[in-house]
Amino acid sequence: MTIDSRSRPRLPRGVKLRRDEVRARWTLLAPERIFEVDDTAAAVLQLCDGERDLAGIVAELAGRYAAPPAVIEKDVVAMLGDLEAKRVLET
Amino acid sequence: MTQPPPPPIGLLVELTHRCPLGCPHCSNPLALERPAAELDTETWNRVFGEAAALGALHVHLSGGEPTARRDIAELTRHAAECGLYTNLITSGVGLSEKLWGDLVGAGLDHAQLSFQGADKATNDRLGHYGGAFEKKLAFAAMVTKAGLPLTVNAVISRANLHQVEKFIELALELGARRLEVAHAQYYGWALLNRAALIPPRKETEEAIALVEAARPKLKGRLVIDMVVPDYYARYPKPCAGGWGRIAINVSPSGKSLPCHAAESIPGLEFWNVRDRSLSEIWRDNPAFKAFRGTDWMREPCRSCDRREIDWGGCRCQALALTGDASATDPACHKSPHHARIAAMAAAEAEADAGDIRWRSYRERIEA
Repeated sequence: MTIDSRSRPRLPRGVKLRRDEVRARWTLLAPERIFEVDDTAAAVLQLCDGERDLAGIVAELAGRYAAPPAVIEKDVVAMLGDLEAKRVLET
Repeated sequence: MTQPPPPPIGLLVELTHRCPLGCPHCSNPLALERPAAELDTETWNRVFGEAAALGALHVHLSGGEPTARRDIAELTRHAAECGLYTNLITSGVGLSEKLWGDLVGAGLDHAQLSFQGADKATNDRLGHYGGAFEKKLAFAAMVTKAGLPLTVNAVISRANLHQVEKFIELALELGARRLEVAHAQYYGWALLNRAALIPPRKETEEAIALVEAARPKLKGRLVIDMVVPDYYARYPKPCAGGWGRIAINVSPSGKSLPCHAAESIPGLEFWNVRDRSLSEIWRDNPAFKAFRGTDWMREPCRSCDRREIDWGGCRCQALALTGDASATDPACHKSPHHARIAAMAAAEAEADAGDIRWRSYRERIEA
């Protein structure tokens, strides 16, 4: 249940990250639910492919945004934990 | 020129009113549409394309029983190809493994399976279909085996209110990601059967408390959504998320409706998707504009600080219970009719009487 550095988060079947062109934003589509996703969160979710582990995701984002990995990890874990509790992310 | 309305989020298509079950709590209209009047494959497919272009994200394939359509897999495939998130709302009765495989292959995203009871006896009685329970269990197993998310939809009335805890256990056993504890809403057949279905207030509140207590314990395993019985509520439900605000319904014959019961309101003209595009309907159909936004409201809605939360509640319920579709929904405690409605509901529940009229094409309904 808890996410650690070796977790390999992924979107389960039936949950889709999709660009909503009409509203010009990212959305996470799930059963009877739509989550608005900002560009940063979308960047994280695009890396949640079930192949990369959390450490890999954090390293990738730290490089991309030139930010300290510890700060990024804290934000990413909070965001993914929240989605996991809503059953739209698996680890 | 007025501003065009923001785009809809969801499209609910009642592909057919045919259904093997005979649930007395069905919200379909009493005048069920005949199979011969149903839209053809090509027209539905055009509607899906128009909905996606307009900004709809979810399509709910509903009915009746949507899998009674021979072209259900083809329709699902086209909707998915248009980029819509496809949700099948089904009784789970009558789907072969072959058809299920076709639906999965077509790109179905989610299945919502109704239960009328949490055990065989209750389920099969209320669904008016012997053997339905086993078929539903088999369907649920096919869904989870394919890795698709499963929602269990438990429709709650006086007849099964005591089973709420069992419904939670059933949803967990079946591997559902989501459970809807949906207290029946009294429209169509359910309104006809209200005296036989409406639950007593005390037991209703106990059942609501039970769900609220279960939620935190099941976090991360099962999401429970609850639709409360609004005769006992303090605030009304925002009908369809607000009239003409986020959703479009289309009936089997192509009538576009702001909500599934909208036809019960006299004097509204519902444009047909055979004749007009969905974007034209969404923007200009007078029926969609009739109660859109807040301009139509009177007091106590007009000055209420919840007017953009509840959107005045439900227009069809206001009409059915007060005779005026522009009145505040009497489910709201601010409605002058609220006390009378709650007392009537309590009295009907207390009497514990009323013959059940099973949903069917054949049942004669006197006006």
